[in-house]
Amino acid sequence: MNPAPSIVFFTTASGAGYGLLFWLGLLRPLGLVPGGQGFGLTALALALVLITAGLLSSTAHLGNPRRAWRAVSQWRSSWLSREGVAALATYVPAVLFGLGLLAEMPGLTAPMGLLAALGAAATIYCTGMIYACLKPVKEWRHPLVVPGYLLLGAFSGAALLAMLGSFWGDGAVPAALALLAGLAALVVKNIYWTAIDQAPPVATAESATSLGFIGKVRPLEPPHTETNYLLREMGFRIARKHAEKLRLLALTAGFGAPAALCAFALLVGGGMGAAALTLGAALALAGLLVERWLMFAEATHTVTLYYHGQ
Amino acid sequence: MTCLPAPGAKKLGLVIDLDTCVGCQACATNCKEWNASGHSAPLPDFKPYAAGQEGVWFNRVHSFEAGEGEAGRTVHFPRSCLHCETPDCVTVCPTGASYKRAEDGIVLVNHDTCIGCGLCAWACPYGAREMDEDQGVMKKCTLCIDRIYNENIPEAQRQPACVLTCPTKARHFGDLGDPESAVSKLVAERGGQPLMPELGYNPVNRYLPPRKKALPPSAPVEDAPTPMDIKNPLLRWMDRVLSR
Ligand code: SF4
Ligand code: SF4
Repeated sequence: MNPAPSIVFFTTASGAGYGLLFWLGLLRPLGLVPGGQGFGLTALALALVLITAGLLSSTAHLGNPRRAWRAVSQWRSSWLSREGVAALATYVPAVLFGLGLLAEMPGLTAPMGLLAALGAAATIYCTGMIYACLKPVKEWRHPLVVPGYLLLGAFSGAALLAMLGSFWGDGAVPAALALLAGLAALVVKNIYWTAIDQAPPVATAESATSLGFIGKVRPLEPPHTETNYLLREMGFRIARKHAEKLRLLALTAGFGAPAALCAFALLVGGGMGAAALTLGAALALAGLLVERWLMFAEATHTVTLYYHGQ
Repeated sequence: MTCLPAPGAKKLGLVIDLDTCVGCQACATNCKEWNASGHSAPLPDFKPYAAGQEGVWFNRVHSFEAGEGEAGRTVHFPRSCLHCETPDCVTVCPTGASYKRAEDGIVLVNHDTCIGCGLCAWACPYGAREMDEDQGVMKKCTLCIDRIYNENIPEAQRQPACVLTCPTKARHFGDLGDPESAVSKLVAERGGQPLMPELGYNPVNRYLPPRKKALPPSAPVEDAPTPMDIKNPLLRWMDRVLSR
C-alpha cells in the first residue's frame, strides 16, 4: 500500500498527541507528574497541537477536504467515522481540563482529565480498527495491529510527558512508563513482523480468477500499459532487504534507544536526565515515523493478484 | 447510510463467459465511452496525448495463462465491480456516499457527498473502484444505471454498455436473484463461479469457466466422397470402374 506522507504523519503525530493526553489526564489527577500550572498547560498544549496537526494533515489526504465534516455521519458502520466522532468528542473534556488547570479547580481537572484519557484511548483504538477491518490487506487484518497502535501511542505519549516532566523537575513516572512501553513495543512489533512474514495469503491468483481448476494462474498481458490509481495506491511494493533494514532501525533507534535513555534518566536524573529524555522523545517519534511508513509499505492488497499474480 | 440494506430479492449483475471472451477490449472501451458522459461523468484522462497517459476506467480486461503445457490455456478476463451482496466497500465509508441499493442490489457512490478518502477502494478486494483525482471523488461501475432503467432509449438497448457491445456475446446481464432468469439458468448450466469467495463479500457477478478443450481424434478420418460428390463425368466413370 502507498505510504502517503499525510497519513504517516497523521497517525504518528496524533498517536503521540493522544498518548500524551492519555497519560496527562490519568497521571495528573493521581499526582504522579509535576503539579504546577505551567507544566499542565504546556503538556496539554503540546498534546492538542500534535493531535490537531495530525488531524489537519489527514484531511490533506482527502480528494474533497471541504466536505470532511460529512465523515462523522456513519459511525454505525464505519471505523473511520467513529474515529472522527471520537477525535472531535475528545476535544471537549480536553478543553475543559485546560480550563480547570487555568482556574486551578482540581474538582474539574480530575474528572475531565480522566474523560480526556478515555477519549484519547478510544480514538487510537478506532484508528487501529480502520486498518484491522480491511479484509483484502493481509498485514492489516492481524490481531496485533490494534494493540500495536495503542501501545505505540502510549509509548510516544509517555516519552513526551517524561521529557516535559523532567523540565519541571520530575519525569520519573512517565519515564518508567515509557521504558516499559518501549520494551513492550519491541516485543510486540517483533512478534507482529514474524507473524505477517509467515501468514498465508488471504487469496490467490487462482481464487481471484476462478481459473484454479485449470492449473497455476499467471498474468500474461496487463489491461493497460501505463500505471493507474490501483497500482499507485495498492500496488506499492518495498524491497525485502529495505524492509529488513527499516525494521531494525525502528526497533533499535526507535524503541530500544529511547527505552535505554529513559532508564539512564531514571538513574541520573537532573539536567543530564532531561537531556536524555529529550533525545529519547525525539528518537521515539522518528522511530514511529519509520514504523508507520513500513506499516503501509509492507502491506499488500489482493488487487495485485490480478496484476502481479501475487 | 452505509449500513447494508436487508438482502433484497432482486440481484442485478453480470455473467461473463471466460470461454468466449477474446480480450478485444470492446466492453472496456464502450464502458468508458458511455460513462464519460453518463451518471458518473466526467471520467478523467490524464496526459491523454503524452507518455504516461492514464485515466479512470470501470472495466479492465486482463489476460492470464492457466495450467501447463498442452492443458494450459490463455484466458481473457474482464474485471469490474461484482456488486457484492455483503461488500465492505459500503460499510467502511464514513460519509454514506457509498451505498447499496435495496431494490436491485446495485452498489453506487454519491459523488455529491463523497470526500475522496479512498477507504472504499482499499476495502474492495477486486480493485473495482478508481479515484477520480480530478474531482476528488470515488468512481465505479454503476451497472449502467442510466441505461437499464432509461425509458428514452429503445427497450432492447436497456442493458449495460459492455454487454451490448461484446462481439462474442461473452457478457450477459440480468437478475441473479431470480432462479428462473436467463442469467441464473446460464450460471446453473455452465457452473458459473464467484471470485475470491473466501473473502466473504458474496459477489453477485459470476464467471463461466472456459469449456474443456475438444480433443483431436486419434487418427485422421479418411475423406470418402460418394459418387454424387464427383462432378467431373470422366472421374465419376473412373471411380465406378476402380470401385468394382
Ligand atoms: S466488487 Fe468491490 S466495489 Fe464492487 S461491490 Fe464488491 S467490494 Fe464493492
Ligand atoms: S472515497 Fe468516498 S465513497 Fe469511498 S469511502 Fe471515502 S467518502 Fe465513501
